[in-house]
Amino acid sequence: MIEVNNVSHYFSSKNGELQVLDNLSFSVPKNGFSAIVGPSGCGKSTVTKLIAGLMKPRKGSIILNGEAVQSPRSNIGMAFQNPVLLEWRNILKNVMLPLEIVHNKLSNEEKVERARELLALVGLSEYENSRPSELSGGMRQRASLCRSLIHRPEVLILDEPFGALDAFTREDLWLTMNRLREKESFTCLIITHDIRESIFLADEVVVLSGRPATNQFSIKTEKESNDNLDQLYTPHASELLNILREQIGIARRKEMADK
Amino acid sequence: MRRIAVPILTIILFLLFWEWLVWFNDWPNYKMASPSDLGPAFWKYKTLFFSFGWDTLWRTVAGLLISIVIGVALGMIMGFSKLLQEGLYPLLIGFNAIPKATIVPILSLIFIGQHDFNTVLIAFLISFFPIAVSVSIGLSTLEPEYRDILRALGASKLTIFWKIALPKTLPEFFGALKVAVTLAFIGTNLMEIVSPHGRGLGALFDSGKTNSDYPLMFAVLIALAVLGIVLYYCVVVLERIFAGWADQLSRQ
Repeated sequence: MIEVNNVSHYFSSKNGELQVLDNLSFSVPKNGFSAIVGPSGCGKSTVTKLIAGLMKPRKGSIILNGEAVQSPRSNIGMAFQNPVLLEWRNILKNVMLPLEIVHNKLSNEEKVERARELLALVGLSEYENSRPSELSGGMRQRASLCRSLIHRPEVLILDEPFGALDAFTREDLWLTMNRLREKESFTCLIITHDIRESIFLADEVVVLSGRPATNQFSIKTEKESNDNLDQLYTPHASELLNILREQIGIARRKEMADK
Repeated sequence: MRRIAVPILTIILFLLFWEWLVWFNDWPNYKMASPSDLGPAFWKYKTLFFSFGWDTLWRTVAGLLISIVIGVALGMIMGFSKLLQEGLYPLLIGFNAIPKATIVPILSLIFIGQHDFNTVLIAFLISFFPIAVSVSIGLSTLEPEYRDILRALGASKLTIFWKIALPKTLPEFFGALKVAVTLAFIGTNLMEIVSPHGRGLGALFDSGKTNSDYPLMFAVLIALAVLGIVLYYCVVVLERIFAGWADQLSRQ
């Protein structure tokens, strides 16, 4: 479970302090899946760094499964828009990287087995010996997802993971993501600028206002199934899409007005 | 076949032309050597070639090893700390701008007679700069996401350096090492030529010069070329072993 309580955060810039987050609060229930959408540059990525413990919030607190986040912790998995695979390792070794850092009692065979299990889930079984540069962008992102889940983290943070992919590959990866969610258990927060993506993947969508960001609006998606793209074209989905677009419009207008 | 035959044929043609030039002008050995003089020159001084060649080789390698240690350390300091980079960079650039040929006589005067020491020292001084710069650039241009994937798991700075920063910098490091090995070799020879009563192929060259013994001087040049090529390809082999993945990357 992720709880973000009344978090405010600032960056120091040339013109003094710049407030990025203003009294932001939201929570993701255990094994839930929430999406954060908002205008670009509103501080969405800052939220991921705060939850990962890479930065400390100036005010407020972040609590993961009942424990306050003070510093980085091993029960988190992260994936970014840039898959950042290590070119000198093959895909299998790339996926196994977190197991070299996080304390675990797995034997080497068990680590390999775990990595193969995940690679099979995302359809990369044939590529475990390939170098990252031999893979397409979508395949690299699949490998990056495997790496973020290999150590069975309780919390998965995705920062615009599919943002650099073409539309077809992206939809493919949405289905992959849902398959992973069925087989693995994790609480997930995804940062995205794609409203359709947020509706398809998440149980709840949080709209952030322009900078300094605060939660402006949130809505539960309440879907029946997760395994096909048709649900994006139901009247219910269209309604959600319109509501969210309107909310983002409000957030952007507010930002313009502030400038 | 063609890749081997064409270079060999070119070399043979070049040697024939050289031989003909000396024969046609009827130059004596105190004016110019011809390729056919080189074999006898090697044979005549063969013990000196081996012992002095060894001197030149180990001094170059010793200087280069010190360069690697100091250069990597400086590179790491500048790559990790912006403040120290700002402080050290101008100093290093200024030092590198001084033509090393001018430092050679200074060092040979300060440490007169200490041939091994001042030769290794100049080989080091001339070659650490490209290593330091490449390592610092490699480290400071590491994308933050690479650090974050390990930092988010609680990895220490040292772990991040060993697992990510160091291997990612290796291709740049070996590129610089290829430059450094050539520079160290130049440094060694400059010092051996300048410092009096020394050893090494440079000293042998200098004694050939004193006696206008052109066959000896050219034989030394050939020996230096062979040593230089051997040193260079040692680095290439190390690069293939430790950073071969970058080579595959650039060929795609």
